[in-house]
Amino acid sequence: MKKYLLFSLLSLSLCLLPTSVVAEQEAAMAEGLRISTERKVRDTGWGDTEAVMTMILRDARGRESRREMRTLTLEVLDDGDKALTIFDEPRDVRGSAFLTHSHTMQPDDQWLFLPAVNRVRRIVSRNKSGPFMGSEYAYEDLSSFELEKFSFTYLRDEEVHGELCYVVEQIPQDEYSGYSRMEVWIDKSHYRVQKIDYYDRRGSLLKTLTLHDYTLYKDEFWRAHRMEMVNAQNQKSTTLLMRDIQFDRGFTDADFDNNALQRAR
Amino acid sequence: MQQFWLNSALRRPWLTISWALILTLALAAGMGQLYFRGDYRIFFSPDNPQMLAFEQMQDEFNKSDNIMVAIAPRSGDVFDDDVLTLIWQFTEAAWQTPYSSRVDSISNFQHTEAMDDDLLVEDLLLNPADLTDEKIAKIRAVSMSEPALYRSLISADGAVAAINITVQLPEVDQNQEVVDAYEYVLGLSAYFAEKYPDVEFYHAGILALNYAFASEAEKDASTLVPLMFLVIIIMLVLLLRSALAALATVIIILVTILSTLGVAGWLGIFLSTATVNVPTIVMTLAVADCVHVIVSMQYALRQGKSKEEAIHYSMTRNVVPIFITSITTSIGFLTLNFSEVPILRDLGNMTAVGVMLACIFSVTLLPALLRLLPAKVVPVSHTAKGMERLADFVVQQHRKILPVGAVLMLGIAAFAGTNQVNDVAVKYFDTRTEFRQSLDFIEENLTGTANLDFAIDSQQTSGVNDPEFLAHVAAFSDWLHQQPEVTHVASITNVFKRLNKNMHGDDPAYYRLPEQQDLAAQYLLMFEMSLPFGLDLNNQLNLDKSATRVTATLQNLGSKELTGFEQRALSWLSENMPQYHASAASTALMFAHIGERNMESMLKTLPFALILISGLLVISLRSWRLGLFSLVPNIMPALVGFGIWALYSGEINLGLSVVASISLGIIVDDTVHFLSKYQRGLQEGQTTEGAVRYAFNSVGRALFVTTVVLVAGFAVLAMSGFRLNSDMGLLTGMIIVLALIIDLLLLPAILLRFDKKGKSDEKVSAVQSA
Repeated sequence: MKKYLLFSLLSLSLCLLPTSVVAEQEAAMAEGLRISTERKVRDTGWGDTEAVMTMILRDARGRESRREMRTLTLEVLDDGDKALTIFDEPRDVRGSAFLTHSHTMQPDDQWLFLPAVNRVRRIVSRNKSGPFMGSEYAYEDLSSFELEKFSFTYLRDEEVHGELCYVVEQIPQDEYSGYSRMEVWIDKSHYRVQKIDYYDRRGSLLKTLTLHDYTLYKDEFWRAHRMEMVNAQNQKSTTLLMRDIQFDRGFTDADFDNNALQRAR
Repeated sequence: MQQFWLNSALRRPWLTISWALILTLALAAGMGQLYFRGDYRIFFSPDNPQMLAFEQMQDEFNKSDNIMVAIAPRSGDVFDDDVLTLIWQFTEAAWQTPYSSRVDSISNFQHTEAMDDDLLVEDLLLNPADLTDEKIAKIRAVSMSEPALYRSLISADGAVAAINITVQLPEVDQNQEVVDAYEYVLGLSAYFAEKYPDVEFYHAGILALNYAFASEAEKDASTLVPLMFLVIIIMLVLLLRSALAALATVIIILVTILSTLGVAGWLGIFLSTATVNVPTIVMTLAVADCVHVIVSMQYALRQGKSKEEAIHYSMTRNVVPIFITSITTSIGFLTLNFSEVPILRDLGNMTAVGVMLACIFSVTLLPALLRLLPAKVVPVSHTAKGMERLADFVVQQHRKILPVGAVLMLGIAAFAGTNQVNDVAVKYFDTRTEFRQSLDFIEENLTGTANLDFAIDSQQTSGVNDPEFLAHVAAFSDWLHQQPEVTHVASITNVFKRLNKNMHGDDPAYYRLPEQQDLAAQYLLMFEMSLPFGLDLNNQLNLDKSATRVTATLQNLGSKELTGFEQRALSWLSENMPQYHASAASTALMFAHIGERNMESMLKTLPFALILISGLLVISLRSWRLGLFSLVPNIMPALVGFGIWALYSGEINLGLSVVASISLGIIVDDTVHFLSKYQRGLQEGQTTEGAVRYAFNSVGRALFVTTVVLVAGFAVLAMSGFRLNSDMGLLTGMIIVLALIIDLLLLPAILLRFDKKGKSDEKVSAVQSA
């Protein structure tokens, strides 16, 4: 009895000490990881896809410019996915192709095929944070979501687009990331990302991504067909439209190597 | 009516004081709405064409508001381990500047080089721990040969480097945003200055300019306004020889200023570098009203009248002149509404309101206060005797005074037209201000501090990749380079040349523009994919790559030279590349144009103000003849003043462009007072000579006293570190002195010479209706 009293007193005092804050923090991190893991698990096993992508860029005055491209992706279960992007518009970069092998633990490999020089060039740069094709998307916004790239903390529940969501903070582990942190809204019904706030290295809100028009494929995989990225600091925005999403194209590793890059048109 | 309020002020002074207090409190409550703006946009109306062009360019490309930090090691060599480490650390830290979107320096310059078959894109100095002699030599070689860096972020002799921080202000509370960003950078400099005692830091850029506008205004508000108070009190005590009369005046001043600032608040007017000195000007003008009332009262007291009688005597004599002079002064300030510059319009309106409030308070609250305060008979001062002597002199010597005075004045006035409009924002700041010293250092040791942006539009999507377009842009940037006033040119063509070289194994022979469009486009695609956050090309290329921005850095030129350079560049563009659309814009250019535009509009309004004010004089004096005579003392002081200015400086800025209008409104007061007394003398049956003597005796001292007060007030303004204010104060003060000289010498001489035909057309005086 005495022992029990001592124990409960001890645990009570522990709760009152700052350790309670630490414990709370740990619980939030565990919950954040659980949510993000579930998000990843629910989007595992899709195999490969092909889609047509249109980017509509807008400047502060609302002037628009379009980019057209096709993307082929191959799921890699024990590492980051592979992706091949073929540019169709603007015309002077038509036929340029961009191949990435993303990795969970080390920097992604990137190659670019330039038809004008008819050669494949490896991109030797740590920088993944610059604008993709002059848009408000950075390369890192478009690369595959891997749990190892971030640390997670569950923050709160909040409704977005009429869906009750978990709000999870993601802190990039790569020191060359353009962001100090992100806040991700993941809906409770299907663990789909509904919204992401990106914070720059100063900790100020940089831009907000919202995902729309989710469609269910193969009875289990949700894909957004419209993504809006709005820059909060310079009033520019980019709409990304996905169409003709096809699954089970039968792609293999051979479709995502250097030779495939040169063949891609 | 007049009898009614005068009686209530005299018989029930507490009632008058009460309602005056209530009115003041109600108006002053508006002070809570006042806020301060220090950004350069306050100088431009929303439809200013140069600002619209500038904003359009800012929207199409990224904003270019910036803070530049120049780093000058005492050793005179940037390329050493310590200094490069400092630059690297400062560059890294600068990303934390509030609202920053981009930081450029020699350390994070995105250096490209061929590596086997690949393109390496990397910070020129990625990690200071890697610094070796070899690496330092390489950084030096690249910095000194790279067109983007040489004479922009590194001086030609390698002695000074710079970090350029670009900010995107959300413009919600712009003043606070400027302060937050700029003071953060100042803090960084202070931190690094302590860590690196052998290095000096200098600051420039648009935010430094905005910050200087704000801090100079703050300095004016915190030093000049209290100083003005002190000067006025000392002078009042000396001139009125009565501490209590001075106290009454100070109360009127306080009430007037609080009400004026309150009205400005209610009207939504903000405080700025221009309007921060409204209290000083209003104070000065309010004092003049009070002095007239008190001097007349003291005169009556000396005549043995009781206090009530003396106040009554003073009020009946002064109320109309005070009303008229307030109206004319207000008109002078209200003409600033024709100015192109919003803050000068605010200055005019606030002062006009202040002058009218001063008028109201000095004919209501002032007599009530004087009624309550004990009054003593003040002995005749020397100036009064002096006035008699001066009157004797003028009457005896008027035949000499007239030709000598006329020749002298016209001779000096002839120079007035030789003044040149010159508006350079940087030169608004006195050389003793830190901002100006910083800028002068950078100008001397690193690069120019004025920018001119050119947007060149191919008018087709992806047109910037077209080799023909690129060749033209390259030719234009070469032309810019050859201009003597240009210190640096930033052009996308340099990036293309460098990439072409990199893609050919760094062969220097290929440092030239790519020859096919798809080649250029794909080089760019590759380069853009390799750039880090914030260091993209969006500040040089627009969204659909149809247009590019070429930025020329220039030595700080006068506004005429800058607009001349703009014209030269635009005509070169239209001659050599008419197929492309080109425009020029920058803040420096906005200021260069505003001076001319403002001067033009102010010169147009001057005759209008003159006619209006002279018309008022004619009506109030009910005499065309005297109205005609009044033209001389109304016009001549400004002409002579600007003539002297031409000999002294010869440059006219925004502040000076309004001096003619405001000084007209002020100096007219002297004329009104003198002529109305002269007229009264005539009406009382005196000869011209007698009427002139009467005018001297009754108003000469008051004119002298008010002139001294006004000159002191504007002299205080002349101490401002901000030249728009100090030049305005200096020249206005000078014109007021000239006006007194003309009113007391030339005007009576003219009257004695030309107004001998008597008083036949004199009707019942306006003054008598009092």
